[in-house]
Amino acid sequence: MKHLLSMDDLSLGELQQLLSLADEMSEIQKRSQPKVPALRHKTVASLFFEDSTRTRLSFETAAKRLSADTMTFSAASSSVNKGESLRDTVETLSAMGVDAFVVRHKTAGLPLAMTQWTDAHIVNAGDGAHQHPTQALLDAFTLTRALEMGNSLAGVRIAMVGDIRHSRVARSTVRAFVLLGAQVTLVAPASLLPPSLIYSNATHTSHEWPVSISHHLDEVLGEVDVVYLLRMQHERMNAAFISSVGEYALHFGLTPKRMAKLPHNFKLMHPGPMNHGVEIGVDPALVPGSLITQQVTNGVSIRMAVLLSLLGPAATSEMTKEERNV
Amino acid sequence: MTNTEKAATVLTSSDVQRAIRRIAHEIIEHVASVAGSSSSPEKIAIMGLQHGGVWLAEAIHSNIVEIEPNTPVVLGSIDVSMYRDDIGLRPTLEVATSHVPCSLDGVLVVLVDDVLFTGRTVRAALDALIEFGRPRAVRLAVMVDRGHRELPIRPDFVGKNLPTHVSDEVLVQMSGVEVFPGAHA
Amino acid sequence: MSSNKSVLITGGTVVNASGEVLADVMIDQGVVQEVGPNIATKYAAESEGGPQRIDATSCVITSAFVDLHTHLREPGREESETIETGSRAAVLGGYGAVVAMPNTEPAQDSVAVVEFVRMQGERAGLVDVVPSACITVNRAGLQLSPFHSLAQNGVTLYTDDGNGVQDPVIMRRAMEYAKELNLTLMQHCEVSRLTEGAVMHEGCCSSHLGLPGWPSIAEVLMLQRDLELVRETGAKMHFLHLSTARSVELIRQAKNEGLPVTAEVTPHHFSLTDEKLTGFNTVFKVNPPLRTMEDVEALRTGMQDGTIDAIATDHAPHAAHLKDQDLLAAPPGMLGLQSALGVALKYSGCSVQRVIDLMSWAPARIAGLTARQGNAVAAGNIANLVVFNPTAEWEQSLEQIVSKSHNTPYLGLPLQGQVQCVVRDGKVILEAGVITK
Repeated sequence: MKHLLSMDDLSLGELQQLLSLADEMSEIQKRSQPKVPALRHKTVASLFFEDSTRTRLSFETAAKRLSADTMTFSAASSSVNKGESLRDTVETLSAMGVDAFVVRHKTAGLPLAMTQWTDAHIVNAGDGAHQHPTQALLDAFTLTRALEMGNSLAGVRIAMVGDIRHSRVARSTVRAFVLLGAQVTLVAPASLLPPSLIYSNATHTSHEWPVSISHHLDEVLGEVDVVYLLRMQHERMNAAFISSVGEYALHFGLTPKRMAKLPHNFKLMHPGPMNHGVEIGVDPALVPGSLITQQVTNGVSIRMAVLLSLLGPAATSEMTKEERNV
Repeated sequence: MTNTEKAATVLTSSDVQRAIRRIAHEIIEHVASVAGSSSSPEKIAIMGLQHGGVWLAEAIHSNIVEIEPNTPVVLGSIDVSMYRDDIGLRPTLEVATSHVPCSLDGVLVVLVDDVLFTGRTVRAALDALIEFGRPRAVRLAVMVDRGHRELPIRPDFVGKNLPTHVSDEVLVQMSGVEVFPGAHA
Repeated sequence: MSSNKSVLITGGTVVNASGEVLADVMIDQGVVQEVGPNIATKYAAESEGGPQRIDATSCVITSAFVDLHTHLREPGREESETIETGSRAAVLGGYGAVVAMPNTEPAQDSVAVVEFVRMQGERAGLVDVVPSACITVNRAGLQLSPFHSLAQNGVTLYTDDGNGVQDPVIMRRAMEYAKELNLTLMQHCEVSRLTEGAVMHEGCCSSHLGLPGWPSIAEVLMLQRDLELVRETGAKMHFLHLSTARSVELIRQAKNEGLPVTAEVTPHHFSLTDEKLTGFNTVFKVNPPLRTMEDVEALRTGMQDGTIDAIATDHAPHAAHLKDQDLLAAPPGMLGLQSALGVALKYSGCSVQRVIDLMSWAPARIAGLTARQGNAVAAGNIANLVVFNPTAEWEQSLEQIVSKSHNTPYLGLPLQGQVQCVVRDGKVILEAGVITK
């Protein structure tokens, strides 16, 4: 595996391999000295064109646990906006000797473009509303381990609630959950679903979404094992996607009343950060099935697994006898 | 590549079992000589190197317990993959979890592997071990020492010394030890 | 090569609206003198002072193409193209005239700028550069352009291309002027409020990629509005780069009702789909966007049955550093002049004669250029001709491109139909890929 750009690129086998590898990384994290020398001669650079302290720190922690050197470039207000081309920026940084880039950008497609501009490995940390593969991996890891189902989610019923349309987490995590065998229902008002799911006037469809749809959260609650909440962004009001944040919270928020309708051992997930009082109206600390803190912890383990998978193995597939015997 | 038809069996399964028994005795003797007659015997941790040394460590451990039931001996395993010096040169990673049953402070650790070759795996194991405490001493037990050392590492307990060519492959199992000749043959 | 030499095109097939015939064409003093089989024998060899000979074996000879929709970028964006480099691209594409879109900087909303563009075109001297003018000042959609002055200066085509005219009041007024002065308005149909932040067609592919899209309805709504305004005012409207199946239906209906409307499609809209954007390559970002196979097929049918009148390139060069940005920041647009014929013959499903109608005869009429362009190859007619091989298969490569920009979507894609020779005012200006003035 040279890059991790999109969950669409991973087969079930590769996904399961990463999950298993993350178990080992979790073990390392639990030690009193959670550091191994595995990537000690490698440099991992964070290239964040969109602010995100949490994700960036998670990646940097993962790199450091593996003894890699890290570099950080927060390009949010850098020369890129003043006309220096993205390509020039990447090529310059690459020339400084970077083995892997972790990239986040507000428009889809940059990580793929970067694979043409540099020999370094590329990890997509979020590109526009397109993909956020490490989020999907840590979500899959968290849920499979919480449910103690090995590397499978066969038959698990998951409701994903919120702004699916603009969410890279939704696109990636739905794919991961479905690949592992879960039944996913998207719950949102029509305006917050991808256009292809609400306008069915085309005679042919490509890129199907293997999910069910519901516009009414209350109808779905009695029959789910997992509720996955997406953050409702306030900006969505400007383009008339929702009437108001309050209206959204009333009909799609997880309120105490709705909590009571859920099966008692349901699991709660959220990629963070949370908008309290909007998509989530309960204190997760008081929800026994909340996996939200595990998601954060597992973020580091999964990112360690990803970095190791990219930077560990050799480029060639030939192995000398020595390497086999040692 | 290797010529499987010409594989030579250098140890039979009873040879292997006998060697394991002998190594177990040697370990017990070694501990006794170090401790002297008065003080209580020190704790021994038999640590198999993932993956090749794990079965052997189990076998040595159960033999020790059989021979001397009151010996304070525990069994564990060490994953060395995160400590190798050739990460980035190998096509795949074989990662496993270390199982360390107790703190290794002051303990006599016996590292166990099936084959000792260049010595790099053992070097990695020494690095990995330090994460789990400060052993009183570390000894090395292997079923086969096939020579061609690249680092100054020597085994303390050996099943068999086996001269080989660098390109040969050596397969060590409970059922016996076979050598597959390499390109030179 | 003497500039006053006569020209003899031999061995080709002359294609006119009336029919096609294997014939030689004799050109002298800027005019076709004679068309007929085997007239070549009447003339001396070139080495002995005879006419310049062009071998048109396996080729079609017809009137040079006319592009209703070219962005020459000068004045203001000369890093992407100039009138001179755009003219060169046009000649290589077999064009005799191009309509220069007015979204220059400053915009072509005054006689001064229009004159400048016209003059630069004459200076380059390779194709007729016909400037269009904006409908509103600076294409801002607020104030009407000086229609009287521009009309007096000879401008007959008006558009705010790049944007549609959003305000129905402005559009209605513009149509009143167009009717009064016998002008043709050209609309870029796009309701801008429905397309904010768009980078590709809104559909299955954009939903999968999480990219905001141009929905088909944004084009259809403005088209519907303007058809009603045409019905009311009687003004002549030409609809630019239509891209949806529904748009074709609406035009078909409008023509059945006798409304004075014409429509064009671009080569990329009938040969490529939105799936091209899965690689996030900004070369495929264009407005209106590449849409679905259903739309592609409707455009092809529209060309075949006459609903669509013309193929226009919407040649939109953008310098490399502009396209080398993320999908949101990169400007939309593709090159088109050099590949148009190759795409049309390969992907339109139309006969050679129909393609020539779409690329030469109809656009010449729509643009009011029939004095010089789009005429039959016949004795007495002005000699602005193209010779092309209709079956030659080829692929576009970067080295062939003479534009200053290189944003072509056709690298490595099979094309059919290659221009061999262009005659301008009776002189050969393109032969074997080399332009001579």
